[in-house]
Amino acid sequence: MPSTLFDKIWAAHQVLPETADTPAVLYIDLHLIHEVTSPQAFAWLKSLKLPVRCPERTLATMDHSTPTTPMARNTPMPPTTPMAAFGGVPIKIDAAALQVRQLEANAKEFGIELFGMQDARRGIVHVIGPELGSTQPGMTIVCGDSHTSTHGAFGALAFGIGSTEVGHVFATQCLLQRKPKTFAVNVNGILPRGVTAKDLILSIIGKIGVSGGTGYVLEYRGNTISSLSMEERMTVCNMSIEAGARAGLIAPDDTTFRYLAGKPRAPQGSGWEAAVAHWRTLVSDTDACFDTSIDIDASKLEPMITYGTNPGMVVAIGDSIPKPDNDTVHDKALKYMGFNAGDAMLGKPINVAFIGSCTNGRLEDLQAAASVLKGRKIAAGVHLLIVPGSQQVKREAEALGLADIFKSAGADWRESGCSMCLGMNGDTVASGQYAISTSNRNFEGRQGVGARTLLVSPFTAAASAIRGVVTDPREMLTPRGTLPGPGTPPLEPF
Amino acid sequence: MEPLLRVRSTTVVIASSNIDTDQIIPARFLTTTTKVGLGKQLFADWRYTANGTPNPDFILNKPEAIGCEVLVAGRNIGCGSSREHAPWALLDYGFKAVISTEIADIFKNNSLKNGLVPVVVDAPTHEWLIAHPGAKVEIDLHTTRLTLPTGVSVAFPLEAFARHCLINGVDELGFLRSKIADIERYEIARAAV
Ligand code: SF4
Repeated sequence: MPSTLFDKIWAAHQVLPETADTPAVLYIDLHLIHEVTSPQAFAWLKSLKLPVRCPERTLATMDHSTPTTPMARNTPMPPTTPMAAFGGVPIKIDAAALQVRQLEANAKEFGIELFGMQDARRGIVHVIGPELGSTQPGMTIVCGDSHTSTHGAFGALAFGIGSTEVGHVFATQCLLQRKPKTFAVNVNGILPRGVTAKDLILSIIGKIGVSGGTGYVLEYRGNTISSLSMEERMTVCNMSIEAGARAGLIAPDDTTFRYLAGKPRAPQGSGWEAAVAHWRTLVSDTDACFDTSIDIDASKLEPMITYGTNPGMVVAIGDSIPKPDNDTVHDKALKYMGFNAGDAMLGKPINVAFIGSCTNGRLEDLQAAASVLKGRKIAAGVHLLIVPGSQQVKREAEALGLADIFKSAGADWRESGCSMCLGMNGDTVASGQYAISTSNRNFEGRQGVGARTLLVSPFTAAASAIRGVVTDPREMLTPRGTLPGPGTPPLEPF
Repeated sequence: MEPLLRVRSTTVVIASSNIDTDQIIPARFLTTTTKVGLGKQLFADWRYTANGTPNPDFILNKPEAIGCEVLVAGRNIGCGSSREHAPWALLDYGFKAVISTEIADIFKNNSLKNGLVPVVVDAPTHEWLIAHPGAKVEIDLHTTRLTLPTGVSVAFPLEAFARHCLINGVDELGFLRSKIADIERYEIARAAV
């Protein structure tokens, strides 16, 4: 029987199939953990006196509550610094420092590899997995974090779990799962200039809604998807959860293999050839049946921007805010945002611009931002915060001169971390202020109490930071202004 | 976990649609390393004013909310972050069940693992519940039915194994650990390929 990519991965990881009475026992190849959702699971494990079954399949990093502020060189550390500080900065919030210390202690006690505060490989959990080559096609990958869907870009079945399930994976390397349904998202056509993977996924969420994917694994297919780089594919899969989906998937191909070749944790030598031969089988069969599907014409898409308090409240940047009749939810969201139905989004003033997160904090995203910011200055009164997704992204951006472009433009260039995506580390937007942001959630208070978030691509965030108002980035791009590929120098602006 | 056979209580209604887990418990409270005491921060940004005093207009600060164990939410609750702190906060506050038209996957799973019953109902039942805050309802886990004070009773979906665990007060880890021999066999078979 023809099967989908999802079916193939599922079948290969089924320790025991589901029955009417019990869910399937699904084997997990890679378990990523971070400081926020692991402490309770470790405490549970200790209370049961159990070891971590496969510490070698577990990787830990610190990203959510860690500081991103670099400290001036040669500043002596205060004697009361809670720990060997990272980038020279102690963690200001005591509870956050405690989380970080607990993860250090737990990783040590259970024999788990940790990319700790001082590690050059540290970064946002969904950025470092791929960067290290730990994320590979055909794997099952879980993490106590909803954006685990990012790893689906490699043709891995990757999804977020809660802390109790983190405990299940610690103890058994397995999860109890009912089989989700499959949803084909067919995207064809060439993305127009200035329209990015972020705009694509925002328009998909706009179409199917924030619960349109509930119960499904989305498989993104079609020639638009095949032509995307790995970093763009990660942006798309990352936000699958924003449509309610369990996971997002993209079949691995030569682009995937080129990305993984030579990565430190990818198969090496003769193992590489064998792995690629296997990975090539990981595609949905031609006649495979999906439970549902949608077709998107990429050539018709435009830069997108959210105007409300969930990612489904989104319009093309040149459009005005819709006016649904008698929709109290819509009214409430607009009241929070301080907007009116019918308002144009272009020209709305912003206070903060945030470029970063596991959605758009990789090198290509920073290159895209730099292509707009090069030789320009941000508007007076705007705070542009640029936070690389990992320490490796930071080093690469600095080596390519992107950091210099950012600093000359007046941006605040930071150490890696989740930062203003959720404001747990103290990087927050003040109440009532508008933040144009490349992150993934515009929920009430997500970036700080009372903060108002507008989700966009790195192009749009950079262009808007320059003008101080919501700006169509196409006005600032060169004629060939599309997202630069890996390793290409930033584009020349006008 | 204590066995849970039924929840019988008056309801609290929060009619907002798409209540995400950032609303249920904002990220700044996630620096905790335990599960306890999160009820105080439940719906913090709606429940308290900027200076930390209770917002008198918010339902959880009204006398009729005291002792209610069933939360009726607007359409689609629990989207967003996978934080299990969301069901921990709801339970710590005293809720035992959440009713909506749709409940996001991860939040639903997290709720079931902690003894918070996710109840998905059809639109007419939901509309009735939204229009009748404080209604006395019964949620029966044996029959998987929700009964309204009007006598109307509707079935709600509850995954068979999760129901078994709730009713018997057992956690899923015990079941998973009973399959260790199968897990070992799987690992050996895979390593041999
Ligand atoms: S960057 Fe944002 S969405 Fe991504 S893992 Fe961190 S907090 Fe979550």
